[in-house]
Amino acid sequence: MAVMTMQQAITDALRISLESDPNVLIFGEDVGVNGGVFRVTAGLQEKFGEDRVFDTPLAESGIGGMAVGLGLQGFRPVAEIQFIGFIFEVLDTIAVQASRMRFRSGGAYNSPITFRTPFGAGVKAPELHADSLEGIIMQTPGIKVVCPSNPADAKGLLLSAIRDNDPVFFMEHLKLYYALKGEVPEGDYTIPIGKANVVREGTDATIITYGAMVHTSLKAAEEIEKARGAKVEVIDLRTLSPLDTDTILASIQKTGRAIVVQEAQRTAGAAPEIMAQIAEKGILHLEAPILRVAGPDTILAQPLAEDLWVPNPARVVKALNEVLDF
Amino acid sequence: MMGEQLSMVKASYEARVEPITPLQILDVDGNVVNQEAMPKLTDEQLRELMRRMVYTRIWDQRAVSLARQGRLGFYAPVSGQEASMLGSEFALTKEDFILPGYRDMPQLVWHGYPLYQAFLYSRGHQHGGQIPKDVNVLMPQIIIGAQYVQTIGVAMGMKKRGAESVAITYTGDGGSSQGDFYEALNFAGVFNLPAIFVVQNNRFAISTPIAKQTKAQTLAQKAVAAGIRGVQVDGMDVLAVYKAVEEAREYALQGIPTLIETLTYRFGPHSMSGDDPTRYRKQEETGEWEAKDPLVRFRNYLQGKNLWTEEDENAVIEEARNAVAEAIKKADEYEKMTIPGLIDTMFETTPKHLEEQKKDFS
Ligand SMILES: Cc1ncc(C[n+]2csc(CCOP(=O)(O)OP(=O)(O)O)c2C)c(N)n1
Ligand SMILES: [Mg+2]
Repeated sequence: MAVMTMQQAITDALRISLESDPNVLIFGEDVGVNGGVFRVTAGLQEKFGEDRVFDTPLAESGIGGMAVGLGLQGFRPVAEIQFIGFIFEVLDTIAVQASRMRFRSGGAYNSPITFRTPFGAGVKAPELHADSLEGIIMQTPGIKVVCPSNPADAKGLLLSAIRDNDPVFFMEHLKLYYALKGEVPEGDYTIPIGKANVVREGTDATIITYGAMVHTSLKAAEEIEKARGAKVEVIDLRTLSPLDTDTILASIQKTGRAIVVQEAQRTAGAAPEIMAQIAEKGILHLEAPILRVAGPDTILAQPLAEDLWVPNPARVVKALNEVLDF
Repeated sequence: MMGEQLSMVKASYEARVEPITPLQILDVDGNVVNQEAMPKLTDEQLRELMRRMVYTRIWDQRAVSLARQGRLGFYAPVSGQEASMLGSEFALTKEDFILPGYRDMPQLVWHGYPLYQAFLYSRGHQHGGQIPKDVNVLMPQIIIGAQYVQTIGVAMGMKKRGAESVAITYTGDGGSSQGDFYEALNFAGVFNLPAIFVVQNNRFAISTPIAKQTKAQTLAQKAVAAGIRGVQVDGMDVLAVYKAVEEAREYALQGIPTLIETLTYRFGPHSMSGDDPTRYRKQEETGEWEAKDPLVRFRNYLQGKNLWTEEDENAVIEEARNAVAEAIKKADEYEKMTIPGLIDTMFETTPKHLEEQKKDFS
């Protein structure tokens, strides 16, 4: 095991994917000589050559369309969209072309593409660099959505994503890139897409969350245990689409109470979908309403108000108290 | 195809693109090399142009150092691009509307946008984008290309209203690769719009050099396919930039849009958020461009005409320092953003569900 940041773990996964499969290609804006604006592809062009790791002109729809075409030619494209807000420029590719390739061709063609993109509040990035847009992609049939919360998961999940024969939208939280270090197994390993991870066991309530909010939720769980002895289970979803409802329901069955914590706006995204699944399949286990802690339904506040906007442990604790006291 | 045949095809193909040479009025030392193109500016106007360039350079230096101290937020340095930015703005009237990219803060400020709001914008305060009523600009655009397509709507609106004004927009060499860029030029041609499209070719899009951005020899020639005017100008020569925009404005008012490529360079990093130019550009190249400093060239020219003294320069430096200090103070003291306040800017009338969400933040 080596101790790595999430940025280093992702670089490691990219390196392994290039080494283990000659059809893997990495491209995007500034991923070559510069090694990406977050240094995630640092050194890869030098090591694997410009044939396999290369800069594109500044055009997201070009990047996406090229990925689809390369997929048809037997390659395994890993396309970087420099910041999440720029996916709107390539949404036709993501939501219409890549996601529907298998369906439209009756299974004759597929799009084995990984769209990597940084997102997430907390580093005071400008507008449209940090939004949580997973809900938009989750509503898109035919594409998987993955969002790791720590270095080891990031590496294993990214290797799975790249090797997946269907398109995967891979979200890398900006706040976790450098801030969080963790043990990362050496060499090649994968973590399955579609499987959640129970990161804290508990009996009194369940928090379902993902990305940077896993850490916010863990803090809240500790605080509430100190305050009132309640044992809160925390589920790190790892994958948002397809959702691991089995793990969620097993936990609810045990705890009878659930809250969902996400950084994204409240309406029509991951949290509401999770709540709907619980309501549909687990309502008889519940002893309290399911609550959500989320951003308000506004544009993600620009940097000066970002810290107010993003859910914090205090808001999670408040919601936990509500379900525990119901 | 055989090799020889192929190279013949290539040669004849290249010959089809008419060579484009940049408009230049002053050479690097400030000598007039093209008297014919010399714009008719009064001595006072010439001095004002110099004042603005020196002021902007000082403001940029202060902003860079504030950003280094973590006191500014997002900032994209402008040193090197003053002639391109300020020469073009100087050719506009107050009624002309500017749609900027994220680096184009100087054009906005010289068009009337208050400096303290520029700092608030950098810091990510919403008030930074609240453009005063009589200032015809949009806030800086993050999405590269969006400002280009919006320009066609502003220009069409002006035309429909019968206004004697034009819409002008800016992007970079990188921006010229976006689909939106071509769509804008094409629409502007089709609808005969009073629009000016400036592409500031500073040779890099973050780390990506122009050679990886396009195979075209110039960006100006991208106008050809859209059937609009395309001109290239020495972007380190403030008089040439002024002249090109002044002319483009006349054409625009006749319904003929122009794409203007300014050849320029950013002396500093891409932004103050961790960019390290030594990773992707050669020091010699930067040095070559620094030798073309637009301030040096224009200062020499003015001094030759006895229009600029060291005292003038020092007075502007002093003025700019004070103005920046004052603007920063005002930005520091500006009321803090709140989430309920943010909620109330989402719609004209805040819907019930958003009213309820305010409770989480009181
Ligand atoms: C649609 C979109 N894609 C990517 C980016 C990220 N980005 C910001 S600046 C930049 C380079 C722009 O280069 P250029 O157009 O040459 O302008 P310059 O920065 O040189 O002024 C990139 C890729 C963005 N802001 N918007
Ligand atoms: Mg550029």
